[in-house]
Amino acid sequence: MNYHVNEKGYYGDFGGAYIPEMLYPNVEELRQKYLDIMNSADFKKEFDQLLKDYVGRPSPLYLANRLSEKYGANIFLKREDLNHTGAHKINNTVGQILLAERLGKKRIIAETGAGQHGVATATVCALKGLECVVYMGEIDIERQAPNVARMKMMGATVVAATSGSKTLKDATNEAMRDWINNPVDTHYIIGSVVGPHPYPDMVARFQSIISEETRRQLKEHTGSESPDYVLACVGGGSNAAGMFYHFLDDQHAKLIAVEAAGHGVNSGESAATTILGKEGVLHGSRSILMQTDDGQVIEPYSISAGLDYPGIGPQHAHLFKTRRAEYVCATDDEAMQAGLLLAKLEGIIPAIESSHALAHLEKMNFKKGETVVICLSGRGDKDLNTYMKYFNL
Amino acid sequence: MNRLKQLFENKNKPLLSIYYTAGYPEIDSTVNIAEALEKAGADFLEIGFPYSDPVADGPVIQESSQKALHNGMSLKVLFERLKELRKRVSIPVLLMGYVNPVLQFGVENFCKAAADAGVDGVIVPDLPMYEYEELYKDCFLKHNVSNIFLVTPQTSEARIRKIDDLSNAFIYLLSSSATTGKQLDVSQSSETYFGRIKAMNLKNPLMIGFGISDKKSFDKAAEYTSGAIVGSAFVRLLGEPDYMNKISSFVQSIKGN
Repeated sequence: MNYHVNEKGYYGDFGGAYIPEMLYPNVEELRQKYLDIMNSADFKKEFDQLLKDYVGRPSPLYLANRLSEKYGANIFLKREDLNHTGAHKINNTVGQILLAERLGKKRIIAETGAGQHGVATATVCALKGLECVVYMGEIDIERQAPNVARMKMMGATVVAATSGSKTLKDATNEAMRDWINNPVDTHYIIGSVVGPHPYPDMVARFQSIISEETRRQLKEHTGSESPDYVLACVGGGSNAAGMFYHFLDDQHAKLIAVEAAGHGVNSGESAATTILGKEGVLHGSRSILMQTDDGQVIEPYSISAGLDYPGIGPQHAHLFKTRRAEYVCATDDEAMQAGLLLAKLEGIIPAIESSHALAHLEKMNFKKGETVVICLSGRGDKDLNTYMKYFNL
Repeated sequence: MNRLKQLFENKNKPLLSIYYTAGYPEIDSTVNIAEALEKAGADFLEIGFPYSDPVADGPVIQESSQKALHNGMSLKVLFERLKELRKRVSIPVLLMGYVNPVLQFGVENFCKAAADAGVDGVIVPDLPMYEYEELYKDCFLKHNVSNIFLVTPQTSEARIRKIDDLSNAFIYLLSSSATTGKQLDVSQSSETYFGRIKAMNLKNPLMIGFGISDKKSFDKAAEYTSGAIVGSAFVRLLGEPDYMNKISSFVQSIKGN
């Protein structure tokens, strides 16, 4: 089974480039050039250097002893939370800014939900001295004021998306509209493994550093590069795509993706896309998305802004349909408890997104000596207000 | 022969097509507006079926889509209304909207319902040429529904030729790469672009859309093509009080006499 994109831009039934003609020249240029640029010696050298000196890679693979003891397995945390700007998002923005530079683009646009991708984009734009415009839902701007301030400090313009539900989905629509209206000098840095081909593949490749390092580090720790389980949370799915990438053909490793169930799968307030969604097209690719019978997109809900997205990337839709990965979900409450537990047992406060992956440990039964890797995709600093409110701290 | 082809073959004046969103401003207004537009002298109609995430549209059409969805408009409801419309309106009617509602309706069902309702053509901006050819074309042809493609100033000549081959009604020339509702930039560069496409001598007629809002921009477009399409400016009018009584003068103000 092939889990990667084919030459037409599809993962099985999913993917493609469902874009209006106005976006075709930009997306086509990217499609023609992304692999050549990414494989060039000059790009690789600068990318590796920045990941090392600027992002702080390799991120540690940490054997969480007290967590392991509690669940009866050897649980390793891949510490993407220790990256510069506090999450895995920067792996992708560093890659895309170098690509944009080599395409001769002068202006960068991005969408953001919680603000993590917006911050990671503003960061690399400051690094390269490029103009940066970040679209963010009006409601998210209010909810995530510190991240808005970070972006502004680094010179980015933050534009409120006031259409639709005024959250991530609408910020993405606004970024696409900007790109339509600025077809020549602008590059759109999409933050997840969504969007028209080649974005899902390109972003997954930039994030694949996560599993590349993990295999090497696991071998150092345990003598084997192949764990029994690999877990990651999924909104659009970029940290999971990077965490799964080098395990896709390793059938020994069971892959588990954890979606956000919000107040419960059947509560009407959820973001569990694989359970609640149907096949369709959103933001330029065919995938699985939450929608009405009439094909209108349904607003998702999760306590975690990073998982609050009505679709998943097309590769995830393919991994779900072929059953290469198992898609499960965790509620707000389960995730919050898992976040608190990690803080108490390991002294690590995780992003609420990552807490969803941790929450699934409660539902697993391990055999003695089994090895688990969990992608700790981000740190919880940005979520302190939510934790404080939830636990009355 | 379908109504669209006939219209283009028999035309002796620049054609005016008007876009508006189905179910806006009220769920029951769609047929009445069509009738008023035909009476006022519009040559054909583009009726938008609303979508929650219209990325190619500016604020005016976005808001009309949201209102229409709120009013209960859907493809199913629209096809029912169109049967009524065809009893009262004889000019060509196109449907315009995004691909996801079409996928959920089912492509085959969609083409059949469109044909049964007397729809002459369809514009789906986010349906790419490759997917159209592989998965949709046979179905469209079988039901004699024309698919209309868009061309922008950045579309390459080779791609325009390919679009010309796949088209059988007209080609929708975007005045610039933009979302809907921006003012037409009647600059040297857009005239060079219109002239360049005209000089390609394509087998399909051309219509210019996006940014056409008044007589001046309509006349400019008609210098190079068969006519033009007005969307956002008309949808804005539909948001005004007493809009039904303003339709006739709106069309006249653009077409002149």
